[in-house]
Amino acid sequence: MTENERLGIVVSGSLNKGVEVRLDKSASVEDMVVGRFVTIEGQKRRFFGMITDVSLGVTDPTLTVVPPDISDPFIAEVIAGTGTFGTIHVSPSLVIGGDAVTMLEGPQPVKTIPSHFSEVRLASQRDVELVFGTEDEKRFFIGTPLDMETKVCLNLEEFVKRSNGVFGKSGTGKTFLTRLLLIGMLQKGAAVNLVFDMHSEYGWESRDERGRKVKALKQLFSSQVAVFTLDEESSRRRKVTTDFVVKIGYDEIEPEDVALLRQTLNLTELAVEAVYQLARRFGKGWLQDTVNLKGIDDLPEGLNIHESTLQNLQRGLATVKRLPFLVPHSPDNTVKRILGYLERGTNVVLEFGRYTDITAYILVANLLTRRIHARYREAMERATGEGTAQPRQLVITIEEAHRFLNPEVSSKTIFGTIAREMRKYNVTLLVVDQRPSGIDSEVMSQVGTKITCLLDDERDVDSVLTGVPNKGELKSVLSKLESKQQALIFGHAVPVAVVVRTREYGSAQSYKDFIPKEAEKDIKGLWE
Amino acid sequence: MQETQRVGEVIQASTRDFVAQCYELYQIPPLGSLVKTKDQSLELYGVVYNAATTSLEPGRHPIARGREEKTEEGIYQTSPQLLKLLKSEFGAVVVGHRQDKRLYHYLPPTPARIHGFVYQCTPAEVMEFSQSFDFLNIIINARLPVSTEELVAAALRQMSQAYEDQRAFLVAAGRELAILLSGNLSQLKAILGRIRP
Repeated sequence: MTENERLGIVVSGSLNKGVEVRLDKSASVEDMVVGRFVTIEGQKRRFFGMITDVSLGVTDPTLTVVPPDISDPFIAEVIAGTGTFGTIHVSPSLVIGGDAVTMLEGPQPVKTIPSHFSEVRLASQRDVELVFGTEDEKRFFIGTPLDMETKVCLNLEEFVKRSNGVFGKSGTGKTFLTRLLLIGMLQKGAAVNLVFDMHSEYGWESRDERGRKVKALKQLFSSQVAVFTLDEESSRRRKVTTDFVVKIGYDEIEPEDVALLRQTLNLTELAVEAVYQLARRFGKGWLQDTVNLKGIDDLPEGLNIHESTLQNLQRGLATVKRLPFLVPHSPDNTVKRILGYLERGTNVVLEFGRYTDITAYILVANLLTRRIHARYREAMERATGEGTAQPRQLVITIEEAHRFLNPEVSSKTIFGTIAREMRKYNVTLLVVDQRPSGIDSEVMSQVGTKITCLLDDERDVDSVLTGVPNKGELKSVLSKLESKQQALIFGHAVPVAVVVRTREYGSAQSYKDFIPKEAEKDIKGLWE
Repeated sequence: MQETQRVGEVIQASTRDFVAQCYELYQIPPLGSLVKTKDQSLELYGVVYNAATTSLEPGRHPIARGREEKTEEGIYQTSPQLLKLLKSEFGAVVVGHRQDKRLYHYLPPTPARIHGFVYQCTPAEVMEFSQSFDFLNIIINARLPVSTEELVAAALRQMSQAYEDQRAFLVAAGRELAILLSGNLSQLKAILGRIRP
C-alpha cells in the first residue's frame, strides 16, 4: 500500500462512537490493520484518526445466505466492492488542518466529525510528523507507527510532570520500554531518575530473552548514572562498577514500613497496631527491642498486646531482620547519599541483586522513597517561600507496582501519595507493572501517560483504560497488539493514542543513536 | 472507421421506444445492438429489444410451401413475390440522445419521427455511448416484452464487441449492475451468468 492512498469514504458515525468508512474496491480489507492512522478530508477541516475496527458488509443479506460463485473470477471481481465491501471504523481524534486555530496552534482535539462521504486516506509521513512532532530537545523518539517509518515522539517535558505507567504481560517488553524511557529522560535531561531495579536490569548490562547482552544506563551515560547496590557480591560477580553499597540500619525502619509489609509478612491488623505502640514506647531501637522480647511478660508496663499478636509480629520482624543488607546500625546515610546524587543531577539506579524477594523490595523502596519525598517536600516549600530554585524534577521508577498501589495499601504508602499529589512537589512515578488491575483505580486514574504492551486479562485491560473516552475502541486495539515490540501509548504526553513498534534497542547502532555526537568519542569502546 | 449502416425506417414511435421496418427482409440488427435515428438536431439512440417478420397484410398468413422444394432457398426462388409480401420489423427502446453534439443517457424531449432513417451504430459510436452505464437503468425499468435479464445481457455482449478488452468492459458493467440490482440478487446472477466472458 502506498502512502496517502485513498481508502474509502465516510458513510456514517458519531462523535462519540467514531465514523464508519466504506472501503473502495481498490482497498483490500485484509490490508487494513487496527491501530493504523488515517486522515479524513472533511469539507472544512482535516481530521486525523486511528483505525479501531475492521468489518465486512453486504448490500443484500441474501448474499450471505446464497453466496455467489466466486470461484468464477469474473463474478468475484464484479461482486467485490459492490455487493460485498469492507468497512473500517475510525475514531477521529484530532483536527490537523483547515481552520485558523489549527494553522496557528497545531493539531486540536476534535469537537465534530467529518461530513458524509468525506474522503479517507492513509495518513502520510508528514501528517504523522505534524501530530507527533520531530525529535528535538524535548521530544524523544520512542518508536514508529505501524507500517510507517515516521518517528513517534514523546514530549518528555510533559511526560515527567505526571506519574506514568508501563504495563504489559510478562515478556512483552516492559523492561525494554522502561529502559528506553529512562534513556530518553536522561538524554533530554527532562528529569533525574531514581530506579528501584528489582531484577538489576537498568544499571548495568543484562541479557534479553534471546540471550543477547543488552547494555543499560550506566554503560551509555556513565557520568550521569550512579549504581547503588544492596548486594555487593552479586554486583561484583556481574562486573558492575557500583558507586555505593546500601546498608539499612534497624533504627531506620519505621512502623509505616512494617504496615506496608502486612500482606507479605502475613501480619494481622492487630500486629500492625502493636508496631505503632511498641515504636512509641521503645523509640528508635524498637525493632531490635521487639524481636528481643521473651514473651508478653517481658512487655513494658502499659502495653496491651495479646500473646498471639506478639508472636505473629515477632515472626514477621524476624523475617525482616534476616535480610542481609539490614544491619543494627548503618554507618552511612543512604538517603542523604541518594539525595546528594539526585541534587547534582545524577541518576540513581538501586540494584537489588539476589534480594528479589518482594519483602526486601517493598521495604527498601518504601523506606527510601518516604524520606526522599519528605526532603523534596521541604525543598519545594522552601523554594515557594523564598523564591529559590525548585528541586529538579524527580521520577521514581518502581516495578511490581501493584504491591505498593493496591487498593488496600495505596492510601497508606508513600507511592499512593506521590501518584495522587506529588506532581506539585516535582516528584512523579514511573510505574512498571504486569497486573494493572491490582492497582487502585484512584491511582490509575491519575496516571498521565500509559504505555501498554499486550494485555489479555479482561480486568487488566479495563483497568488500564479507565477514564479513557473511547475505551471500547482502544480495547480492540490493545488486545490485538503483537506480543513483542509493540505498545499502545495514550495520555498526556501524546496528542493521540498511538500504537508503536518500539524503537530498536540492543544493537551498536541503536546505542550510538542515544548518545549525543560530541560525547561519542569518549566512549568509543562501547560498541567495539 | 466503418460506414454507418442504414438498416430501416421508423414506422411507429413513442417516447419510450420506436419500431422500424427493415429495408431488406431478415436484415434485422441483432438483439441488444445500438441503433440511432435522427430528428433534425436530435439524434435518438435505441437498443434493439424485439424483432419480428410477419405478413404485410394482417389477414394473409404465410402458409407452408416447401413440400416440392429441395432447399429452403428454393422456396423464395420459386415464389419471389414472397419477399414483397413479408416484412421484418424491430423495436428499439430509447436509451439516450444526442443534442448539440452532447450525449445524454436519458430520454429525449420528443419521440422519433416516422420515416426517420434508422442506422446501426459503428463501434466508435458504441464505445462513446457506453462510456456511461446510466442507460442500463432505463432498460431495467422499461417493462418490455422480452425479459430484462436477456436484454441487458444481450446489449452488454453486443457493446463489448466494440472494445478490445472485452473483459474489462464487462466487469465494469457488472459492477454497475451489482449496485443497481443490489436488492435483486437473482436478477443480477442471471445477467452475470449471461455476460460472463
